[in-house]
Amino acid sequence: MGSPRSRRRLHGRRAVVVSAASTVVFLGALVALFFLAPGSAQVRRTFFNIPDARVALIGDPQHGIFSVGLSFLFNIEMFLIGEVLILVLAMVIAVIRQLQGPVLFPLRLLAIAYADFFRGVPLILVIYAIGFGVPALSLAGVSTQPTVVYGMAALVLSYSAYVSEVYRAGIESVHPSQVAAARSLGLSHWQSMRFVVIPQALRRVVPPLLNDFISLQKDTALVAVLGIIEANRAAGIQSSTDFNYTGYTVAAVLFLVITIPMARFTDYLIARDRRRRQATLGH
Amino acid sequence: MGAAGYAADPDLALQLVQLRKSFEGTDVLRGVDLEVAPHEVVCLIGRSGSGKSTLLRCINLLEPIDSGRLMFFGLEISAEGVDLDRVRRQIGIVFQAFNLFPHMTVLQNITLGPIRVLGKPRRQAEAEADALLERFGLLDKRLDYPDRISGGQQQRAAIARALAMQPRLMLLDEVTSALDPELVAEVLSVIRSLAAAGMTMVIATHEMNFARDIASRVCFLDQGVMLEQGTPEEIFRHPQDPRTQRFLQSIVEAGRL
Repeated sequence: MGSPRSRRRLHGRRAVVVSAASTVVFLGALVALFFLAPGSAQVRRTFFNIPDARVALIGDPQHGIFSVGLSFLFNIEMFLIGEVLILVLAMVIAVIRQLQGPVLFPLRLLAIAYADFFRGVPLILVIYAIGFGVPALSLAGVSTQPTVVYGMAALVLSYSAYVSEVYRAGIESVHPSQVAAARSLGLSHWQSMRFVVIPQALRRVVPPLLNDFISLQKDTALVAVLGIIEANRAAGIQSSTDFNYTGYTVAAVLFLVITIPMARFTDYLIARDRRRRQATLGH
Repeated sequence: MGAAGYAADPDLALQLVQLRKSFEGTDVLRGVDLEVAPHEVVCLIGRSGSGKSTLLRCINLLEPIDSGRLMFFGLEISAEGVDLDRVRRQIGIVFQAFNLFPHMTVLQNITLGPIRVLGKPRRQAEAEADALLERFGLLDKRLDYPDRISGGQQQRAAIARALAMQPRLMLLDEVTSALDPELVAEVLSVIRSLAAAGMTMVIATHEMNFARDIASRVCFLDQGVMLEQGTPEEIFRHPQDPRTQRFLQSIVEAGRL
């Protein structure tokens, strides 16, 4: 009992008990507030209706109600395909911004303008502009795509601008002495990027990249404005049929099921990275 | 000596003629002349900020020079249109802070240049790297990452990385300054073995005893000018310029010579 270690263990145990107790009290207060609110019964009926949640999740084709659960698979699909396209396009833009030499200045300028433009315009407006604008152009081959292609294009264009900045921050965080070492071996600018700078940059930007992808996962819901039936839209259809918002709650829960593990994983990577760097510093 | 009238000599490893370099208005090199013959070991000494490191980085044109001429085995490498990647692969440089690639193992650090620049097959590059690692006592560290080995081992690995390109000239930029004192000797002994094998080297150093032992010529650099050069005997025993004398006096008083 008197040794420092057992005292520390006691401290640890006491901390766990205290934090558990305060969590219970805090959550209890929130739940009480919810149930004691004057409109509580009304809200529970419209947002947390168990039978309606069932209908929303599996759908009711005979009454024109889409399954929020199945529609959510479509969100995941858009997310997965979009993610790959964004990773590639953003890297192209980031690398163009690092090109050297006055001859390539127009390319660099284009990359900068791209990043500035698409980071500056709200995503919803990009979705409208491409989703309704491009089909209206009546360009052969381009204007006759399924609606989802325009929605995806908007997501990819907008997110690539953000992600290219994440890459760029990573590239610029690699110390110039690394480039000096690579160039002194006779590696070209491009080889130095490919083998020395970008591999180190990528390791550093994984947490912020995952952060952007959590955001992308949610924003796949925005393509609903083009009439694409994904989870958000399916919930909307149900609510306007049944006059009940439980479908939205179901959609929200489905998004959380995906995004919370991603957030935890990101935090885990950040913590691991910090531990590693401290271990190196202590060397 | 006018820079323009100076002839390139293929029998000299290196010729520097009136080399000038400034950073944002500060003149770091103010007309440096230097000739290095093959198999010579030239040690650059001088105070911190005298331009030693900048001079080395200008020699392989990691820093572009402002004016002057730079010849490497008779080829004027400071001229327009020279393929610097081709030149740099023949000039090895070792940095004060090692600059190993942290995401690669020791072996990958050493084989990157031979494989990607010289186009050697991986197996051959690895066999040659292993021979270097064995020679430097690092064979058991070949698959370690740089942050897992000591500073002395990192610097020896960095020297092996430069040597793997089979350079015709090695530049060493205060390679022991970042090391704990007990790790200096192992790195200096590696450099001695290079000198014994006939490697042409230009070494910027604060290790005066080492410079006295190893140098075929010692150059004293002061405020961007090559103030005095000669054999170790001449510079350390009979320095001519008062500034060289004062510098060496301060080194002796610090107990470093």
